[in-house]
Amino acid sequence: MSARLVFAEVRVVDPAAGTDEVRDVVIADGVVAGPEAAEGAERIDARGLVLAPGLVDLHAHLREPGEEHKETVETGTRAAAAGGYTAIAAMANTHPVTDHAAIVHEVRDLARACGLCEVFPVGAITKGLEGESLAEMGEMVEAGVRMFSDDGHCVPSARLLRNALLYAKAFPAEIVLAEHAEDPTLVQGGQMHEGPHASTLGLAGRPAEAEEIVVARDLALAAATGGRLHLCHISAARSVGLIRRAKAEGVRVSAEVTPHHLTFTDADLVTYDTNRKMHPPLRSEEDREALRDGLADGTIDAVATDHAPHAVEEKEAEFDRAPPGTIGLETALAVVLTEVVATGGVPLPRALDAMSTAPARILGASDHGGPIEVGRPANLVVFDPEEDWTVEPPFASKARNSAFLGRRLTGRVRYTVLEGSLTVAEGKPTR
Amino acid sequence: MNEHVLSMHDLTAEDVTRILDIAGSFREVGTRVIKKVPALRGRTVVNFFLEDSTRTRISFELAAKRLSADVINFSAGGSSVAKGESLKDTALTLQAMGADAIVIRHSSSGSPLQLTRWVDAHVLNAGDGTHEHPTQALLDLYTIREKLGRLDGLRVAIVGDVLHSRVARSLSFGLVQMGADVTLVGPPTLIPPDAQAWGVQVSYDLDAVLPKLDVCYVLRVQRERQRLEYFPSIREYARLFGVTRERVGLLPEGALIMHPGPMNRGVEIDSDVADLPRSVIEEQVTNGIAIRMALLYLLLGAGERVPA
Repeated sequence: MSARLVFAEVRVVDPAAGTDEVRDVVIADGVVAGPEAAEGAERIDARGLVLAPGLVDLHAHLREPGEEHKETVETGTRAAAAGGYTAIAAMANTHPVTDHAAIVHEVRDLARACGLCEVFPVGAITKGLEGESLAEMGEMVEAGVRMFSDDGHCVPSARLLRNALLYAKAFPAEIVLAEHAEDPTLVQGGQMHEGPHASTLGLAGRPAEAEEIVVARDLALAAATGGRLHLCHISAARSVGLIRRAKAEGVRVSAEVTPHHLTFTDADLVTYDTNRKMHPPLRSEEDREALRDGLADGTIDAVATDHAPHAVEEKEAEFDRAPPGTIGLETALAVVLTEVVATGGVPLPRALDAMSTAPARILGASDHGGPIEVGRPANLVVFDPEEDWTVEPPFASKARNSAFLGRRLTGRVRYTVLEGSLTVAEGKPTR
Repeated sequence: MNEHVLSMHDLTAEDVTRILDIAGSFREVGTRVIKKVPALRGRTVVNFFLEDSTRTRISFELAAKRLSADVINFSAGGSSVAKGESLKDTALTLQAMGADAIVIRHSSSGSPLQLTRWVDAHVLNAGDGTHEHPTQALLDLYTIREKLGRLDGLRVAIVGDVLHSRVARSLSFGLVQMGADVTLVGPPTLIPPDAQAWGVQVSYDLDAVLPKLDVCYVLRVQRERQRLEYFPSIREYARLFGVTRERVGLLPEGALIMHPGPMNRGVEIDSDVADLPRSVIEEQVTNGIAIRMALLYLLLGAGERVPA
């Protein structure tokens, strides 16, 4: 039901076009249209609101198939729409694992039937995410997969990742290998960032060097093979430095950071809040500052949610038994606006670039991320940059394990437009 | 006093002094023929032990019984927990049965704090993972104060596997709070990163530390740590960090030797050393009952007056 709409007198921030101006945006027949299509269209007074390319998430866990008690494609994409997303990458740690084309088709078809957000399934690098042998990437590439990851696990052997980076060069489309960078031998049993807080709380550490070692290893492999590497949820200051240097040397690498790593530190774990247990963990103040700087200067390309829904009973457990992760799709934009933009760390156009244009490019999602030009698919978000709200259930997600529960945020999604249709109107999902 | 006993960090120096003073009064009760006072008649104390324990559980049980409370012992084996019931649901069940205080021992750090969010009962931490064991620290402070007359300014070494020791954490926090000068001693692999943030010193040289001590507190070293590469062998551990007969000669006269038990004789402490008069290991155990009586009394007792 593609409607004809006009967002009137809206501030259009278009990172792909490099523009920031107040104008009308007309939508007709699923695409951005010229002013002639405005006649007879529904007119939405959007003064004071910001319109941008629909957000794109490189890193979401939708849990279907296999763990539908945590989240489904339907609830996950509804959460995405509510958060202003029009495209998300769905991680491969489903059951069965997304290591063959059938699951790719299944997940994408489920998402299309819901019509809430376009889903790009991520394929596993290794069969069963077991880190032993390469998954059949070819059939997944044919099914449209552009990003592969064993997320949740680090590719354990340098040899295996080297071969994956080389092998992926066989395909005409650019294939991105996304790494969860944590050395498994250094994080075994670890519950939080190693440091003074872990020592006092009696929780085993996941040291920063566990990430730095794998980042350095992977950058060396990407440089040597010419393969295309993406580093997931970077959390440590020295990792940012390594990536910055590799980019200057021309290594084909991109990186992402999560809203929670931009916001919290290990000091926020003193209440043993299992919603703040993460892999990689929330680190020190110094690390958080380096992440903000890396996002500002483009060393870190994208903000990705690592949306990780879990059932209430799974998180209401002892800290060392609770699974890691927080939901994030519905809060990411507001967190970035509040914690990174309003604090003066990152200008709004760069923040929106990191949440839409840059990840769309990394994912190969060419219909997303702008530019907002006549004839382009109408995948858009419209938000109120001034609205204050408190993070609390109910969520559109099936889960409510948010690290941000109770937090005051500024900035809220009012409309999300997917292929010309409103998936969110007046702040509420339309379906 | 707080509503719960979770961490030594929650107790001020005044709180600690008060607890030790009240424990002193209860210490006398244990010397009577009839070792019982009616202070907590009609109150229910649940010993909720999800990790094996002998001395701490028995100590809490005796403490509650000497205060005339009703005591229920709940352990993991064969219970609803073994059938997969969650900590929260089990705690809510205990609460529904009218528990006034829950004494929890658990292998997961932080679980006593989590418990306070789910139940109204007073929660006493009887050891949580590698986090804290505040009642052990309090009985140790009591023992040291009784033997040496003070805590302020004393020089105490805590020797061994500090990294995995909840006793070492609680005792360090408590001693620092009371003005003692604490040095952690052990192989660098078993000293927590950034431990200096606790206000303690760190040394890897036991022989250099021993001559300056008022108290040498020896921690249990678990044999499985060797398998996990923390040190090469039990033999080498004992050679570098074991409190041997020869090393005891380096201690000043009158310095105490303490151990929270259970001991590995011949590993972290020589058998002869454990049995020396300056070793106060058995007194620690006896004082534990009085400390736990004091805490239960302070949390559950109606009045402030200690019953005669």
